[in-house]
Amino acid sequence: MKGGISSGDTVLSRIGRTERTGTFITERDGMAIVKLSSGYNIGLPRDHLSLLAPSEAVPAPLISVAQDDSLPDLSIVSTGGTIASRIDYRTGAVTSQFDADDILRAIPGLRGIARFQARKLYTLLSENMTPAIWTELARAVFEEIKKGSTGVIVTHGTDTMAYSAAALSFMLDTPVPVVFVGSQRSADRPSSDNTQNALCSARAAVSDLGEVVVVMHATTSDDRCSIHRGTRVRKMHSSRRDAFQSIGVPPLGSIKYPSLEVTLSDHARRRREDEPCLKDGIDDHCALVCFHPGMKPTGLELYSGYRGIVIAGTGLGHVSSELVTAFRDLIEDGTVVVMTTQCLHGRVCDRVYDTGRDLIRAGVIEGEDMLPETALVKLMYVLGNTADRDEAVEMFRHELRGEYTRRSVNGL
Amino acid sequence: MDYEALGLVAGIEIHQQLNTREKMFCACPTLLRKFDERNGEFFRYLRATESELGEIDLAAKEEMKHERLFTYYTYDTTCLVEYDEEPPGPLNAEALEICCTIARMFSMTPVPQIHTMRKLVIDGSNTSGFQRTALVAFDGELPNAGTIETLCLEEEAAQRAEGHTFSLDRLGIPLVEITTSPCMRTPEEVEAMARYIGMALRSTGRVKRGLGTIRQDVNISIRDGARVEIKGVQELDLIAEVVRREVERQKNLLSLREELRERKGAVKSEPADVTRVFSKTGSSILKKAPCVLAVVLEGFGGLVGREIQPGRRLGSEFSDYAKKCGVGGIFHTDELPAYGITAEEVEKLRVSLSAGASDCIVLVAADPAKASCAARQVISRAEKALQGIPEETRRMLEDGSTAYMRPLPGAARMYPETDVFPITISDDWYGRLPLPELLSAKAERFSREMGLDPALASQIASSEQVFLFEQAAASGIPPLLAARTLLATLKELSRAGTDVSVISDEDIMAVLSAVRDGKAAKEAVPAMLDALAQGRTLDQALSTCAPSLSREELEKIIRKIVEERRSFVVSRGKGAVGPLMGVVMAEVRGSVDGKLVSEILSKEIARVLGK
Repeated sequence: MKGGISSGDTVLSRIGRTERTGTFITERDGMAIVKLSSGYNIGLPRDHLSLLAPSEAVPAPLISVAQDDSLPDLSIVSTGGTIASRIDYRTGAVTSQFDADDILRAIPGLRGIARFQARKLYTLLSENMTPAIWTELARAVFEEIKKGSTGVIVTHGTDTMAYSAAALSFMLDTPVPVVFVGSQRSADRPSSDNTQNALCSARAAVSDLGEVVVVMHATTSDDRCSIHRGTRVRKMHSSRRDAFQSIGVPPLGSIKYPSLEVTLSDHARRRREDEPCLKDGIDDHCALVCFHPGMKPTGLELYSGYRGIVIAGTGLGHVSSELVTAFRDLIEDGTVVVMTTQCLHGRVCDRVYDTGRDLIRAGVIEGEDMLPETALVKLMYVLGNTADRDEAVEMFRHELRGEYTRRSVNGL
Repeated sequence: MDYEALGLVAGIEIHQQLNTREKMFCACPTLLRKFDERNGEFFRYLRATESELGEIDLAAKEEMKHERLFTYYTYDTTCLVEYDEEPPGPLNAEALEICCTIARMFSMTPVPQIHTMRKLVIDGSNTSGFQRTALVAFDGELPNAGTIETLCLEEEAAQRAEGHTFSLDRLGIPLVEITTSPCMRTPEEVEAMARYIGMALRSTGRVKRGLGTIRQDVNISIRDGARVEIKGVQELDLIAEVVRREVERQKNLLSLREELRERKGAVKSEPADVTRVFSKTGSSILKKAPCVLAVVLEGFGGLVGREIQPGRRLGSEFSDYAKKCGVGGIFHTDELPAYGITAEEVEKLRVSLSAGASDCIVLVAADPAKASCAARQVISRAEKALQGIPEETRRMLEDGSTAYMRPLPGAARMYPETDVFPITISDDWYGRLPLPELLSAKAERFSREMGLDPALASQIASSEQVFLFEQAAASGIPPLLAARTLLATLKELSRAGTDVSVISDEDIMAVLSAVRDGKAAKEAVPAMLDALAQGRTLDQALSTCAPSLSREELEKIIRKIVEERRSFVVSRGKGAVGPLMGVVMAEVRGSVDGKLVSEILSKEIARVLGK
């Protein structure tokens, strides 16, 4: 900072006739922020400060944490979701922690479940996640499984966690659990859901599962986590702990807290001895288009040249009649177009009303009861693994990772 | 007691709820609810977070010794912000304005830019595990050269329903926290200062009233003692007693330390496992405990059981510390044999630990982990007794004595609330905030300008209805009538079984205005208010309680009453006015002013007597 005061310096703040000693934190929007000895921060004009003493660097102690060799090996691959964080009370700054020691120190209970190795892949806000990073992530997880990990935990921001979980579901045929976990309340707060989610995810990762899942709070209480299939899960609330829900299927199981007792349903894929298999091609020339009343056919010109489009249509899977021609043109130019429903719950059926029948005639593929996001990721995956359009369509129609079901069971 | 000689230094922290429309960080109403109105429950664990230096705040660590599950009651007047399921909204502008008005009343300097902080509190009273608080102003002036250090705007914590169960209705109500400097030297000064600040806060007319809406924390130390913060003194009448008792406690603990030093007291650093000593004991607590640990306190014999405050002993302090580990309490040899433990067992215990009669042995019984935690807590507190008085946060017990809560929290528990934007206070805005008239000044004015008796003026000024009273007086309602109605009539109605809580300020104004306008006599006020409480409209109340009468009609009624009681009037003479007043008033049911009745009645009686 200008004027020779930098973060951590002891300063004298003058406000009117009042003087207070504190620690200079930073300057933001034209105001200097000072932490007073009482712990309170205040903002004041820069020229109200004078330097008393420069910062004394306090080296953070490096405490390594002993791990139990007799426990199974788990890998933690982090992409940026904060499973652990530390607060510097001198400045009030919160920093995310990614190495195994930090995570184990923050959540000591993990030590009793497994021996951990941590691998920091990215430090991303999950809205900045890209299909290219899914590929890197799939490769990293694949390597961990090849190395013999009993299971892999992927820490991830919650916003796009469901997309990444779907992507890894398709790209990676895994014989061991690959568990996505995050937190809805940041790890720096005493009420964070990170501890329960982390402990439950670790328990799921050593369990009898053998697929890609998301493990997050099942309710607003700290009582259990749900295990969701990576292709059927969706973030259904902007802020609640229990935002993640399985759509159209029941969860694969649950983990009680704090007992960490795991229950798996019959339809959960079990752990196997075979080798993992990776198909990491992905084609991001795809889009998810949400239809709305008043949508202009000219808006779709933007997608010309795209290899795939998923429509989140209304109801049974509709768009307005005037859009049908525009989609037909795209399909004739080689784009694969898939219909899903913005209702999220329920199956697409374009054989009931005229518009639907017109869409089928135009070559639109019914996406069954697939989530729009999952359909998008699946389309990127199949197009990333074949250059042939017809083969891609054929692959798409196949159920690959439980992403759709042929029976719509009541009550889900 | 000579407090000056003892070096008493005291300061207070006042927490006053603000009467805002909405809570501090959400749009929920600031309404307290009954527990049985709850519409749901959820439960959570709280954990202290680690600081950069691998430290956890002392106070937070203490709460964590025993991991607890907290239950929360929810209502249709709470939202996801109180659940800690949604980020906070912007800081309540109304609350900030009230806070700044209060700051200006004490001539404080506002903080140029206010930053909301998170103060770690993991006793369960905040779903988030922290209390949001913002420093708003510095350095205020108080009477008798007292000073205020800081004024903060905080969110209220959830109310404890029982045990580890909290009710979310109170969580998030804005409150102002005023911290004085340690500028008081006697218990009486502390009480007077608390009264003054409370009065000043109520002068704004924008703070909540009633029990629990204002709480005082007292910071006390004496020479060679330690700063102790006593939380949650709700009744002002107790505040001086709390100070007296804390001084007594510190004085006694200091003389206890001197005695221990003379006796060369010492604490054995490791607890001993004495489970086998009590394998056949008659004490059900010891018998069913998987582990009994003993702490030997050399030279402490007789001192652990000595009273240091009414109802409190050094043993009580040990017990409070031990309870942090989840045990129910402790036994110590100063109080044994008792509780099913025999003299023989005590002797056996002393022999097995080579402890003499001048030593005290403390027993804790629980599962091994809890027992070990509790024994270490006792050891730590006993060591502190050798040094003097520990700095602590304590809570008030019913009679004014106190019990240990946790160590004093440090600055290591504050970090920024990143979800709330800072707010810049402009000097111009602050300088133009209107200052309310102090209630004490109002009382003087009521007496001076309205001719109210000083005691009554002071009573109405300090009552919740002072602002309604002023409104009434300003609209031409006789002040005495307004004061009597607000202070006495409503109470009398309530005592007689009327639900006065449903009578609105507007109702009261309407009734008093009717009297002012001559539509009803002042005698009809109670009956009319009662009718309104029963759900009648003002017109219905007027027609039933105060039917309108012309002067001619009134004269007719009075003449009839006097004629019917002619012999009584003749025998009593002019003295008949008094008794007949009641008869007339009952007949006209308060529709006429008593003065007019008295005038006509006197005339009628004179007429009869003149015949």
